[in-house]
Amino acid sequence: MKYITAVIQPDRLNDTLDALEDKGVHLVTVTSVMGRGRQKGEAEVYRGHKEVGSLLSKMKLEIAVNDEFVEAAVNAIAEAAKTGKIGDGKIFVLALEQCHRIRTGETGTEAIG
Amino acid sequence: MRKTRIIGALAFLVFAVFPQLGLAASLDGGDAAPDTGDTAFIIVASALVLLMTPGLAFFYGGLVRRKNILSVLMQCFMCMCLMTVLWVIVGYSLAFGSNVAGSWIGNPSDYLFLSGVDGLSGTIPHLLFVAFQGMFAIITPALILGAFAERLKFGGFCLLMGLWLLLVYCPVCHWVWGGAEGFFGLGADGALDFAGGTVVHINAGIAALVLALVVGKRKGYPGKISPPHNLPFAVLGAGLLWFGWFGFNAGSQLAADYVAVNAFTVTQIATAMAGLTWAIIDRIVTGKATMLGMITGAVSGLVAITPACGSVNPMGALGVGAGASICAYFSVAFIKKKFGYDDSLDVFGVHGVAGIWGALAAGLWATASVTGGAEGLFYNGQITQLLIQLKAVIYTIVYSGVVTFILAKIVQAVIGLRSDEDAESVGMDLSDHAENAYTKLD
Repeated sequence: MKYITAVIQPDRLNDTLDALEDKGVHLVTVTSVMGRGRQKGEAEVYRGHKEVGSLLSKMKLEIAVNDEFVEAAVNAIAEAAKTGKIGDGKIFVLALEQCHRIRTGETGTEAIG
Repeated sequence: MRKTRIIGALAFLVFAVFPQLGLAASLDGGDAAPDTGDTAFIIVASALVLLMTPGLAFFYGGLVRRKNILSVLMQCFMCMCLMTVLWVIVGYSLAFGSNVAGSWIGNPSDYLFLSGVDGLSGTIPHLLFVAFQGMFAIITPALILGAFAERLKFGGFCLLMGLWLLLVYCPVCHWVWGGAEGFFGLGADGALDFAGGTVVHINAGIAALVLALVVGKRKGYPGKISPPHNLPFAVLGAGLLWFGWFGFNAGSQLAADYVAVNAFTVTQIATAMAGLTWAIIDRIVTGKATMLGMITGAVSGLVAITPACGSVNPMGALGVGAGASICAYFSVAFIKKKFGYDDSLDVFGVHGVAGIWGALAAGLWATASVTGGAEGLFYNGQITQLLIQLKAVIYTIVYSGVVTFILAKIVQAVIGLRSDEDAESVGMDLSDHAENAYTKLD
């Protein structure tokens, strides 16, 4: 079992969710987050004062998958979230120790589904 | 708590001992009937002016950080309540009573608790004049609060603004509109201040600058203060201000006549011109026209046309509006940056600077076709009117600056003004009012 965390551009969210669905990955948690990388913030102007923000809006996806889905899920995100411009984001894959479905009490690979 | 109870008991005692206070023999005072058209118009205009204060609350509330919006709305609403009560008790009398202290102020005993307010004032009931003027007494202190938003203790705010109404607003109002003569007789001099350029906007703008300096910068200013948390609120507020301002300006004629219609129309023209001008300056200076810029420009235009709307024609209004945005932009974008004072919501830059511009502009574009007499530099080539305007501006700046400073120092010493650092970090909503504007979940 793996735990995939991806941070992507907000406007790529819908395409990315569709791409995951196409690969049979249904379980996903999405959070609106702030972050920064090499892209830096966007400049805003208030009454003639330019303010360069240090953080940008991003979407964070968290997905728990069984091992056979890891490659498909990562590829789906990597393709759908890509614009080719700086700030497209990152995908992290972490080992997942345990999964527990609250409703049925199932654990492990069965619980992810 | 003890103090509050004593004050309450005293107030009750006043009514118990002097039950005749505030009671006129009859509302009409035996005078002729009021003009129904004028009266109907001023009733509506008064309500419009009142609406400006909640409008202002949203204008300011949208510009502060999300943890402070309630404190701003609360301070505006407190002005609606506190200033009304003070106006009834003694404020109206101080502003419009007979001259005392060399015309510095009105006689407080003339209309104490509005006793003796009856009959007509011009063609409308005297009591309606009291109500209309009372709305101005509400919004003027409310304008100031933008300067020290996000860092003033609520108790200090109430005491300071109450004193400010009685000792700054009422005297200046008396000089311009209350029939003052001699040294303080600005209205008697022929100063053109149709709806409150000196009394309301320069007065509030200068007080704002002084208080921003006395109270000090917000923690993190400049550079570490988040931008406006809800610009749509600010736009809503600006829209309500523009709408209410028709009552403010046209209503100041106190009659439904040609001059009122001129005031109404030039208010629209100057405001539109000012909003447009700011958008153009924005495009030139930073490359993009901004929403906040456009509403700031519009409010600057409203401020500037306020003293001039009873003296300029539509052509002059275009000049007044364009100049308003140019002056206010220069003030908020460059002067504020250079001197580094933290006038949180640019009360000085918008109300003070555009107010001074508007008062002087009345001395440039005043035309006899509107005023019926006085003319400005551009019409008769003489600077007489401009100098009268300048004198009124200087009087207001000096008086408001000095007395506001003294009052601030007194309140600071007695109960304190600035909230402590923790309260400021947590936000004034939670620390001063035990409320949150936006719930954390749901």
